[in-house]
Amino acid sequence: MSNRPGNRLAAGGRVDRSAPLRFTFDGVEYTGLRGDTLASALLANGVLAVGPSLYRERPRGIVTAGVDDPHALVQLERPCSDPMQLATTVELSDGLAATGLQGRGRLDDAPDETRYDKTYLHTDVLVVGAGPAGLAAALAAGRSGARVVLVDDQPEPGGALLSGRERIDGRPALAWVAEARAELEAQPETRLLTRATAIGHHDQNYVLVAERRPDRPGGGGRLWHFRARQVVLATGAHERPLVFAGNDRPGVMSAAAVRSYLNRYAVLTGRRAVVFTTGDSAYATALELAAAGAEVPALVDTRPEPPAALVKAARAAGIEVLAGAAVVGTEGGARLTGVRISALTAEEQLTGPVREVACDLLAVSGGWSPAVHLWSMARGTVRYDATLAAFVPDRAAQEVRACGSGRGRHDLAGCLTEGFTAGAEAATAAGFPFAAPIAPPCEGDTPPAPPRPVWLVPGEEGDPSTWRDHFVDAQRDATVADVHRAVRAGMRSVEHIKRYTTIGTAHDQGKSCGVAAIGVIARLLGARSPGEVGTTTFRGPYVPVSFALLAGRERGPLFDPVRTTAVHPWHVRRGAVFENVGQWHRPRYYPRPGEDMDAAVLRECRAAREAVAVMDASTLGKIDVIGPDAAVFLDRLYTNGFAKLPVGSARYGVMCRADGMVFDDGVTVRLAPDHYYLTTTTGNAAAVLDWMEEWLQTEWPELRVRCTSVTEQWSTAAVVGPRSREVVAALAPGLDVSNDAFPFMTVRDAVLANGVPARICRISFSGELAYEINVSSWYGLAVWEAVLAYGAHAGITPYGTETMHVLRAEKGYPIVGQDTDGTVTPQDLGMTWVVARHKDFVGKRSFARADTSRADRRHLVGLLPVDGGELLPEGAQLVAPGADLTAVPVDSLGHVTSSYRSAALDRTFALALVRGGRDRIGETVLAPLPDGRTVAATVTEPVLFDPKGGRRDG
Amino acid sequence: MTVDGFALAHLRRSPLGHLADRLAAAEATGPGGVRLREIPFLAQLNLRLDPAGPAAARAAEALGAPLPTLAGSVVATADLRVLWLGPDEWLVVGADGAAPTIEHALRRALGDEPGSVVDVSANRTTLELSGPSARSVLEQGCSLDLHPRAFGPGRCAQTTVAKVQLVLDQIDAEPSYRLLVRGSFAQYLADWLLDATGE
Amino acid sequence: MLLIACPWCGERDETEYHYGGQAHVAHPADPHALSDAEWGAYLFVRDNPKGEFAERWMHAAGCRRWFNVVRHTVTHDISAVYPAGQPRPVPPSDEHSEVTA
Repeated sequence: MSNRPGNRLAAGGRVDRSAPLRFTFDGVEYTGLRGDTLASALLANGVLAVGPSLYRERPRGIVTAGVDDPHALVQLERPCSDPMQLATTVELSDGLAATGLQGRGRLDDAPDETRYDKTYLHTDVLVVGAGPAGLAAALAAGRSGARVVLVDDQPEPGGALLSGRERIDGRPALAWVAEARAELEAQPETRLLTRATAIGHHDQNYVLVAERRPDRPGGGGRLWHFRARQVVLATGAHERPLVFAGNDRPGVMSAAAVRSYLNRYAVLTGRRAVVFTTGDSAYATALELAAAGAEVPALVDTRPEPPAALVKAARAAGIEVLAGAAVVGTEGGARLTGVRISALTAEEQLTGPVREVACDLLAVSGGWSPAVHLWSMARGTVRYDATLAAFVPDRAAQEVRACGSGRGRHDLAGCLTEGFTAGAEAATAAGFPFAAPIAPPCEGDTPPAPPRPVWLVPGEEGDPSTWRDHFVDAQRDATVADVHRAVRAGMRSVEHIKRYTTIGTAHDQGKSCGVAAIGVIARLLGARSPGEVGTTTFRGPYVPVSFALLAGRERGPLFDPVRTTAVHPWHVRRGAVFENVGQWHRPRYYPRPGEDMDAAVLRECRAAREAVAVMDASTLGKIDVIGPDAAVFLDRLYTNGFAKLPVGSARYGVMCRADGMVFDDGVTVRLAPDHYYLTTTTGNAAAVLDWMEEWLQTEWPELRVRCTSVTEQWSTAAVVGPRSREVVAALAPGLDVSNDAFPFMTVRDAVLANGVPARICRISFSGELAYEINVSSWYGLAVWEAVLAYGAHAGITPYGTETMHVLRAEKGYPIVGQDTDGTVTPQDLGMTWVVARHKDFVGKRSFARADTSRADRRHLVGLLPVDGGELLPEGAQLVAPGADLTAVPVDSLGHVTSSYRSAALDRTFALALVRGGRDRIGETVLAPLPDGRTVAATVTEPVLFDPKGGRRDG
Repeated sequence: MTVDGFALAHLRRSPLGHLADRLAAAEATGPGGVRLREIPFLAQLNLRLDPAGPAAARAAEALGAPLPTLAGSVVATADLRVLWLGPDEWLVVGADGAAPTIEHALRRALGDEPGSVVDVSANRTTLELSGPSARSVLEQGCSLDLHPRAFGPGRCAQTTVAKVQLVLDQIDAEPSYRLLVRGSFAQYLADWLLDATGE
Repeated sequence: MLLIACPWCGERDETEYHYGGQAHVAHPADPHALSDAEWGAYLFVRDNPKGEFAERWMHAAGCRRWFNVVRHTVTHDISAVYPAGQPRPVPPSDEHSEVTA
């Protein structure tokens, strides 16, 4: 291929050479291949540098081939705008465009039309990671017949085998992988999810998995909520960086990543490479680089005596092995041109002359850190293994097993064996007994010799306080000097040092640098090992995820359930302005052309007070309370009595919590000696039912009472106003609506003119003559329309919640939850009349507490602003005249709970909770407002309209 | 109070009647197929009584089937489905118009025993979701284990779908599910299902 | 997201339940016989142990039954679920086994 980018090998790799893809990075067009990541395609084109570092603006290059890269942040522009993506995890697609970032991305203002959703799934065994251990675990578990899910963040299974040259059972390992995949896909109860990253592992094996779905139209993703009986973590390991001077220079890469780019992506990341390692694994990188045609002038091994076989193989490939040595510095500008190498003493001090070796690539292996993130999130403990020089899973806190390199096992045969065992054990524990299969023989990845960790390669000059180019967390530009300063400031805990230095708090959350940082801290603290320092807490998500993914479909109209009544279509047609009351969408007012809310509400109020108006009251909670003990039960829950309520009559009642504070109110009708029909406030319907069930089930199981919610069974039209009687008379022609035959607070069954049976209550929340017409909600719309038709001659006016609030406030009727807040007793509301003296009820004892008897409690009172045009804001604080407004805190007398313009009073008014309010009637209080003005208002009785109640009978 | 549903049929509106065309249009056929429809106006009676008392046996006789006592199970007759809602609570579901008859029979069965029979036919409407993809549609908003090993025909559950509380009743193994949802939530749930079936 | 086993409906997500605070705190038979301090203790004072805690839950989105759960407040492990009105079960003497990696 003549136009092959310079660093792409002619053959090999898991890339599709028949599918060249064009892409743009930092405005320059390049070509890559299907199967590339953005990083591998850039490296193939010789582009190593990504954005400069956040604070020091040092040039930075690609380091790893996965989620742990500390530098490779890009802003995706096409196919969709997405900030803070890692070039090492972005799959290349045709037309992709990205720019390098300096540590910060930018959110696009345009709405994100990408589709994200979620799915809940239960499984017997969830296996995280489809490398050799995870595949083996899934195979074993799947063969047991258990339900199995295997998730992996790559586009295809294989894990580290995708990047190596190992052999299994005498064949290339990837042939085994393909066979394993085929077997898993043939198992009816096994599901393989690729491009799916487990981001959180929570209580009771609740595991969240973020799946990328680039093949869907518009891309997008899915958040899987897994509930697993058993979890197998085969999460692999991250290769650690080493901390030495100049370790952030572009060209310094992870040795495993260099190998991955070579084998998986057929990209040679350097022409002349030095390898720097603390263990065995980087020898494969060196040998394969040399075999691919790169010069490898030196392999620097911290161990004084590396395994002889490895040394021999290296020498045979023409690679000089420098044992017991370390790279102590790097040369070059924006790209590495050479390294400086020195021998190390047993005490990890530099010794002897420094040797310079020219190179354009330094492949570094500081050892392997098992990816214990999920294990730790699941509250499993980790311990430091000095032989492996790594933190490994120790005790599980849930039904979780770790296996493979994710628990420190670094040879292929061992990984397969552990995977098979973990999978079989997990299936068995989930109720599908199965014996672990025998692992096939493997070649090319034998158990490694112990590494020699070197946590801090000394600088050639100075001391740790001056080592400002020894990067510990390159993404945060945090160095050994920063850690030294933290230690000198007296910090010992790794958690404190993390917060002081910000190490591990960047986009990668310390995936690559975390354990290396702990090593540096251990050295500077003089600890014997990183195990004495311990790790910081691992928290989800394991990789960054977008809020759009977390939101899923719960956005826009599907954000939260919306409740509507049977009459809703009419409200919409009539142009109602809606407000949310809990989840209900209720008409707030019905503006006529040119009307604002004030004008509409004043008009609706006038109609209710002077003629007739109608409101959809269907949202009230409704509960049938049935049984021989129903009366006793309600007597115990309500502050007032219901046992003596005659059948066919209604009564207003208040419920308190045991602390004596008002919890809910509403009207209850007695339909039969053993049958009450109870209404609750709109927002409290479920809470009241729960409350009733709580007492029946936990305190009074002997009571023979059953409660059934019938909120949506009934549609309710409240017909209100002096002319409501004539409307109801026409609507229910067989009903005697005279005041004697149908008095206030009674209920009648009737058949309406259109044939619909109705339950009509004479109750009023406005002080006016009023009826509530209840019908089966199937007929709610038809009856509503009938009410309007029969009321048309009287000018019947639909009204919304705002008018309802004004009408009731003019009468001093509180709204629970607006005029009360859980600290208000019935007595505070001036409703001593509703508190029975001669029976006990829930909360009664609290009224004898000293606190509820205080004279200076806040009382519900009315407020009339001195300027009748001034509308007090709800929530406004109230103070006494002369109060010191500069005091901290200001001595507050209370606050405004409701405030309206009143057509009936021809002025504004408010309700307020005021300290000792009933003793202040006639006094003036002040409301200092945020705009700097102070509004004076007179304290009044809360009932401002028709205080004698003469209007309710029409 | 009973309602002669048929005489008044022209005045009835089900919560999703206006969506019938959209629900029908959302049908997808084939191996990933899914269908969605409202079954309006089913008779629904909430029954609460002591399952060990004499009324339970009388109710079983009246219904032609024993009240299911296994949590989350359904007993079906030719005309009725009796859904377990709680240890002393059932939902008896019958055909449109059958509520007065069922209510009468249950009240007779209850007799003087403590308990309750409440007509809740208009409290909920029924959405039927069926087809090979029905389960995966539900799984987008329901955290219940709906795998055939854990749930199936004859099983019901009170749970949430897309944060909406409902009664889920699996009718057959295709699978077909009935979602008995309160009327106030029906539009939202239908919108959510239409969105999810489009996935 | 806890997974809680309703004694009736089986395992459901925590979001289907309402929390009801400490279990086995009975409403006093005669509140008026209590001193203010005793009544105040009933209203406001609850245990807050680091460890196993018997608490009430209600299956709000399901069968609406109240029941009791013994939950470890640090690990969230649930060691017992039992109906309302029953005494707290005596834990088995042997420590529950731990899975090791």
